[in-house]
Parts: sequence; structure tokens; C-alpha cells
Amino acid sequence: MRFLFKTDYRQDLRLFKHGGQVFWYGALLLALAAAPWLLPDYWVSQLIFVCIYAIAGIGLMVLVGFTGQVSLGHAAFLAMGAYTEAYLQSHGWPFVLSLAFSALVAGATGIIVGLPALRVKGMYLAIATLAFGFIVEEGVARAESLTGGNAGKMLGSLEVFGLPIDSDQRFYYLVLFFLVLVVLGVMNLLRSPTGRAFVAIRDSEISAQSMGINLARYKTTAFALSAAIAGIAGALYAHKIRFLSPDQFTFLQSIELLMILVIGGVGSIYGAIFGAAFWIVVQQLIVLAKDWLPPAIGQQTGLQPTVFGLILVAFVLFEPMGLYGRWLKIRTFFQLFPFYRKGLFRRQKSYMKSERLK
Amino acid sequence: MKPLLTANHLSVQFGGLKAVNNVSFEVWPNEVFSLIGPNGAGKTTIFNLISGLYRPSAGFVTFEGEKISHLAPYEIARLGIARTFQNIELFEHATVLQNLLVGRHCHRHTGWWQDLLFTPRVRQTELQFRRTVEEVIEFLELQHYRDSMVAGLPYGVRKVVELGRALAMRPKLLLLDEPSSGLNVEETEDMGFWIEDIKHDLGITVIMVEHDMGLVSRVSDRVFALNQGEELALGTASEVQSHPAVIEAYLGGTEDDGPPPSPRPAGGGDGGPPPGGGSEHV
Repeated sequence: MRFLFKTDYRQDLRLFKHGGQVFWYGALLLALAAAPWLLPDYWVSQLIFVCIYAIAGIGLMVLVGFTGQVSLGHAAFLAMGAYTEAYLQSHGWPFVLSLAFSALVAGATGIIVGLPALRVKGMYLAIATLAFGFIVEEGVARAESLTGGNAGKMLGSLEVFGLPIDSDQRFYYLVLFFLVLVVLGVMNLLRSPTGRAFVAIRDSEISAQSMGINLARYKTTAFALSAAIAGIAGALYAHKIRFLSPDQFTFLQSIELLMILVIGGVGSIYGAIFGAAFWIVVQQLIVLAKDWLPPAIGQQTGLQPTVFGLILVAFVLFEPMGLYGRWLKIRTFFQLFPFYRKGLFRRQKSYMKSERLK
Repeated sequence: MKPLLTANHLSVQFGGLKAVNNVSFEVWPNEVFSLIGPNGAGKTTIFNLISGLYRPSAGFVTFEGEKISHLAPYEIARLGIARTFQNIELFEHATVLQNLLVGRHCHRHTGWWQDLLFTPRVRQTELQFRRTVEEVIEFLELQHYRDSMVAGLPYGVRKVVELGRALAMRPKLLLLDEPSSGLNVEETEDMGFWIEDIKHDLGITVIMVEHDMGLVSRVSDRVFALNQGEELALGTASEVQSHPAVIEAYLGGTEDDGPPPSPRPAGGGDGGPPPGGGSEHV
């Protein structure tokens, strides 16, 4: 086990707490950078999806995991980002500008969707965001002059600063860059007053406001940031798929994003990334397994949703902290070996919260 | 000298229930002002009126001469009014340090875009915040729990962390809602020392709701007794304790007018008030 001897408050502000972390994250980054050379093209393509889903997942995590607000309409923010990007690109905007603007448009939409969050909570907020998801889905299908409607919209080839991004390898680096950027941004947020205010709102609104936190402002900020990050993911998704149609941004997509968080572990950035990776890998495994299974099972239409449903149920029952929680347990097991005991992560029963002020 | 806080003919009604009825008092700078009364007397309601969680149906509160009853809770907090809650309201899934740092929130002057980039200015304020918070940690002897998650802490420590979070705000006025409830004798004793130090060393005015008369008489300069939302008595702890109306509220009216018994046993313990004699009476 490692014991940190702290001698300076600045140590607690560091993103990497000790040399070991620098080493391992450096190694991880190297491995990710080397991946396109080591992996077959197909898996590089899947890795791109992992990155895109991870970005979208982190966006949703800011809202659900850190601020404690629900959103069942996050696919709509992806759609806003994706279609804005497609539209601007067809009008000749350079990538960097159009991506920033896509994030901006999605973020602005997030503010509008966040408005009901100032009044309603929990289930009612979920329904409000759900309704918003349907409105966007329907709006995209109807606004044919902008989005191509149900016939879909094609995207041209991508160029960044004059460099054509014509292969999955190059696009992978681009996506990886944005994933790292988003992770760093959210980590910064979490070690600063804004992130603490989010967490405060999640844990107790009543005392958050008594500490001087303007609930309306921070909830709106959380919605805007979350939507903007989802917008970036949407824009990248548009370039990966190169063809957009309204049925890519349905209610199911929003649910998938939430499932990614639950499977990965709500409340940490790791959770979103682990969840995204798990999601894509299992999807591929199901595709592979289809050939091996007897046709009566393998060719069933609802195979994939069923498997994911079962996985979700299993996680809720056996590992509510998600993959990240499992990872923590395994790591602690080895750190403390042989002193790890089973109840180490079990939370003691929480004390009563004020009922009067709810 | 001007009063720091005044309540002027404060009333609040929930449906047909008058929780607070025409209550007025003044709190002077650097005093410990206690609110006592049986359960349901309206003590916590007065706290919620001061900190803006409830709006008064009549009357108003002033702080440093300004009316504050129309302000939102976060605006009132920014004026320098901090509070704790009867049933601890900490941020459970955060460390003690993070909880205390939230207490510094009012004093931030960076926007979220600066936080996103963690600019040098954010770093600077974070370090300042940390120094202030460490002073509070030292004051309340919380060093041992600095990096523990609140969710895993015993009740007594949580109580202290909540006090610390309020102190981290460096408020002018501190509202303590039953600081000793759920604490054992020794912890109550410590709480008493801290409240005295908060008054003398930090120069913070304290309004306190408390049932433990031992603690109340030890630290309070003045005591305000309430029953059923109305004022019963105001004065020093011993004056209020021997006031006939207070005795009646706590013990119920006596047929024979014998010598009034002491209304509450002085001393520690975590006993609540006697079973709401007052509310059954009348």
C-alpha cells in the first residue's frame, strides 16, 4: 500500500496524486495511441464508438452523477450537436468552428431544457426531459430543409486544419483527443467550486442553498455543460456515421446512455468510460455469439435488448456501484492483501434526513 | 449599538396552523441568543424564516438594518448568515474537507468557464479556501477525519462537521439548530466550549435552538422562550427558567400553587424536552 505524505495544500489540487498514477495513465495513453497499429481496422472503428459514447456518457454523468438531476432526453442533445455540425459543414464552416458552435447550440438547448428542472424534481423532471426528447426527434423529422427529414442527411468528408481525416486511424486520434480534453475539463470542474456546488446540490439541496449556492444558476449550468458535452459527442458521431437520420436519436438511445452510466458506475468519470467500453464490447460479443447460438435463439429479434436488460438487472442487484465499484474492490483487495474483508465497501445505514423541509 | 438581527412581528401560517405568531426580538452583536420551548413551539420555523427557506405571512426580519425577508436563501447566506440543521444535512458522498470547502462557496469569484480550465486564479482561491478551512479544522479538531467520507462518520462527528461547514463561511451570524441533540455528555460539553469560543474568539453572533437547559444556561447571554408560536418570556437563562409561564408550558398548569419546581434538570444528557405538556395544555 502507498501512503502519501502531504506537506503542501497544492498536493491535493493535483490531477495526479503521485508518481504511480502519472506512470499508469501515461502507459494507458501510450497504449491508446498505439492501438490503431496493433488492432485490426474493425476494432479501431469500435474504439471510436467507445470514445464517442464515453464523451456522451461523461456529459450525462455531469448531470446525473454529479448534480443529481435526471435526463431521459439526452439523445436530443446528441441530435442537436450532430445536425448542427452536419448543417454547418455543408455550409463550408471549418471543423473547429463548427464543432464549437455545435457544442454551443446543444448547450443553449440544455439551458432551455434545464428550466423545468428549477421547478420540478425526480420523476417529473424525467418526464419533462422525455417529452423534450420526443419533440426534438419529431422536429428533426419535420424540418426537412435543415435536416433532410426522414430521408436523412449525408456529411461530406472531414478536414481539420487542411489535413484530410479520411481513415478511421486519423479519426480515432481526433476522437481520442476530444475525449482526453473532456475528461480533463470535467476533472478540473470537480476540483473547483463549480463541481463542489454540483455535488452539494445532489446530496442536499436544502443545505446547498443555505451555503450560498444559487440552485437555479447551478442547475442551469449543469444542464448546459452536460448538453454541450453531449453536443460534441453528437458532432463526432455525425462524422463517424456520415449519415444522419432521426431514428438514430430516439428515446432508446437516451436510455442506452443512462444504462452505460449505471453499468459503469454512477458518480465518477471512470464509470462513464468503463460503461461505454463495456457497452460496445458486449454488443460485439453478441454479434459474434449469434453465429454460434442455435438459430432459435441467435436469430431472435430482441436478443440484444434482452441481454442488456439482464446485464442491467444483474448490476443493480449485485454491483450497484457498477464496473468502477468492482474495479475499486479488486484494487483494494490487492492493496490490502491479505487483509481485505467482505464488508469493506458496505455503507452503514444512513441517518434520517430532515423530512420537514422537503 | 444597533441590533444585528431583528424579527418584527413575525408570523407564518401553514394552512390553519399558526406556527409562529407575532414574534418580535432583537439580537445584539456578539451575543449568544437561545430559543427554547417545547416541541412544535416554532423554534425551527423561526430559523427557516431567518434563513429564507420560509416566507413570513406577516412581519419581517432585518439583518444589519436591511430587510431580508424577501431574499432567496442563497442571497441571505451571502450576507453572512450561516446555519446548521436539526437533522444533519451534510453532503454525504463527499469528504469532510469537500464539505467544509462548500462552506467557502459564497466567497468565490470565478466563473464556471475559469473552473473548467482551472486557471491560476482558481488555483489561488482554492489555496486560500483551503487555508481558511484548515483553520476551522484545527479549531474543531477534525484533522483526523479530513479525508473521510461523511457517509461513514459517526453521528457526533457529523454534528461537528456541520458546525465546521457553517464556520467555514466566516459568517457574521450563526444559527445552530439543536447543536447538542444526539450528542453524549462529553460531546455536549465540547460543543459548549466551542460555542463560547465562537463568540469570544471568532466574534460571531450565535442564535441557538436548544433543549438541553444545562448547555443553554452555560453559554447563552439571553434566552427567548416560545410556546405554540408565541413569545413566553425573554431574559437571562435563570430569569426565563423561573418565569411562571415557562414552567406552565413545560410542566402543565398546577392546581395548587406550591413553590414552582425547577423546570428542567440542569446538566448534560441528550434528553429532549419533557413530553409536550404545553401543547396538551390550554
